[in-house]
Amino acid sequence: MNLAEWRERDSLYEASARRRVLGLLDQHSFQEILGPAERITSPHLEQLGFPVSFDDGVVIGSGLLNGKKVLIAAQESGFMGGAVGEVHGAKITGLLQLALISPVTAVLLVLDTGGVRLHEANAGLVAISEILHAAFRVREAGIPILVLIGGSNGCYGGMGIFARCCDYVIMSEEGRLSVAGPEVIETAGGVEEFDSRDRALVWRTMGGKHRYLLGDADRLVVDDIQAFRAVAIEVMQKPKPLSLESILREHQCLGERLVAYGECKDAFDIWKKLGIPEFGAIPLMDNDSFHAIVKPYLPKEGTEEETEHDR
Amino acid sequence: MTVDHTLDKLFSGGYHIKKDGLVISGFGVCHGQTVAIIGTIDHAAIGIESAFTLAAAVLEVIQHFPQRPILLMVDTQGQRLTQRDELLANNSYLAHLAKCLELAHHRGHRVVSLVYGEAVSGGFFATGMMAERAYALPDAQIRVMALQAMTRVTKIPLEQLDELCKTSAIFGPGITNFVRLGIIEDVWQGDLGNCLDRALRLPADYDNRAELGCERGGREWAAKVAFRVRTSAEKA
Repeated sequence: MNLAEWRERDSLYEASARRRVLGLLDQHSFQEILGPAERITSPHLEQLGFPVSFDDGVVIGSGLLNGKKVLIAAQESGFMGGAVGEVHGAKITGLLQLALISPVTAVLLVLDTGGVRLHEANAGLVAISEILHAAFRVREAGIPILVLIGGSNGCYGGMGIFARCCDYVIMSEEGRLSVAGPEVIETAGGVEEFDSRDRALVWRTMGGKHRYLLGDADRLVVDDIQAFRAVAIEVMQKPKPLSLESILREHQCLGERLVAYGECKDAFDIWKKLGIPEFGAIPLMDNDSFHAIVKPYLPKEGTEEETEHDR
Repeated sequence: MTVDHTLDKLFSGGYHIKKDGLVISGFGVCHGQTVAIIGTIDHAAIGIESAFTLAAAVLEVIQHFPQRPILLMVDTQGQRLTQRDELLANNSYLAHLAKCLELAHHRGHRVVSLVYGEAVSGGFFATGMMAERAYALPDAQIRVMALQAMTRVTKIPLEQLDELCKTSAIFGPGITNFVRLGIIEDVWQGDLGNCLDRALRLPADYDNRAELGCERGGREWAAKVAFRVRTSAEKA
């Protein structure tokens, strides 16, 4: 991507949830479910005197992706940090249950969230657990779930665990994926443990490039809605069934990771151990040069056949 | 209650566990049935190693003891909060554990959990909340976050939160709230062996926590909203 193309790109990071949905799906195909006109808001935020949103911060519905019927949900980064409350979570759970009733090719989830909405703490936590249980039924039915991460909130907390329970994680460099967020780690361990204001540190610890290099993200794309769409089209008919074999393979990979990188203090140490000579320059590489440079150092297994996890 | 004391009361037929750090695994005999025991002790913070060890224990049961029910013994202060855990992607280790438990369920193992110590957010999410049904002892502690911390994050005065907690199960810690929300199926008291035996006889059906939360008056919206979404296609 040259500079002119980069300027012309349709940034997912900067787009609203609704804009993301419209850009990902085929034109004029989106049909929203429980849209703002239905005024389904969070009763708990209201009780606390907080502003509510008519979609409770998540847009859901059906549409076409390259002519195939899909379901889609996108979290609104600007509302409560994309966090999951009772209604917000139930919309996603209901959408996943709908996939079992009215068959679709795939489910796309554009996640942009700090995790549990602490204003609805208990209900938020169980809401994410319900999303997870519903997602496993969808996977069992052979319908792949694609998680897209590239928004300003990243994907944290229970939703960070959930994302890795789906078939595919597609990230941009701008995306971040973790369970404990920077501020949480800093609050627990002090600034010596983690300086949450050090943006470079945050991105190389949790950002898209690092997650892709270790295999926690299946794909890394440039921050362009059309780039996310292209990868979604490519993988949407390739479910990755959860089987004993696939889980054992993942177990082996995660075990090897503990041994190989357990002593590493920083992402730079890991990238160096991966054998990438230009490891120090990785954070500044654009998407194309990053892929060109790191390709030989990605473990071979799984790159073509999209096995559970693990490149 | 300590884990040994709890296991004594659960398994009158005896039990055997090994400890690996803060992770326990083994088996016990309850009413003549052998049950796999997998869990954590001492309010473990679940980091990448513990999550991996727990996953290994689940996989061992799946591979060597087909159909054997699994009892998850929950005592966790949540996920471990360090840079190193996140650098190596604790979310992937916890997700792996959740997938192992899902696989066990899928292959016909009954999976129930018992909060006998503490259960907090991410650690509970990937263990106890992955069970088909979650139970708790009366003196167990369950929370997403303490009210003091919630005050800090949400800027809502503590007095207001305290007041809200009197009528709503959504905000505050405590077993009663988690029962009302449908997260905890029941509190086990009296003969714990009988409680476990009864739980293992219930069908391994789908996730009904939202419906339970609605019935119990703690969480009316989750079930209603999900229902409206999944029936939306019929109207369209």
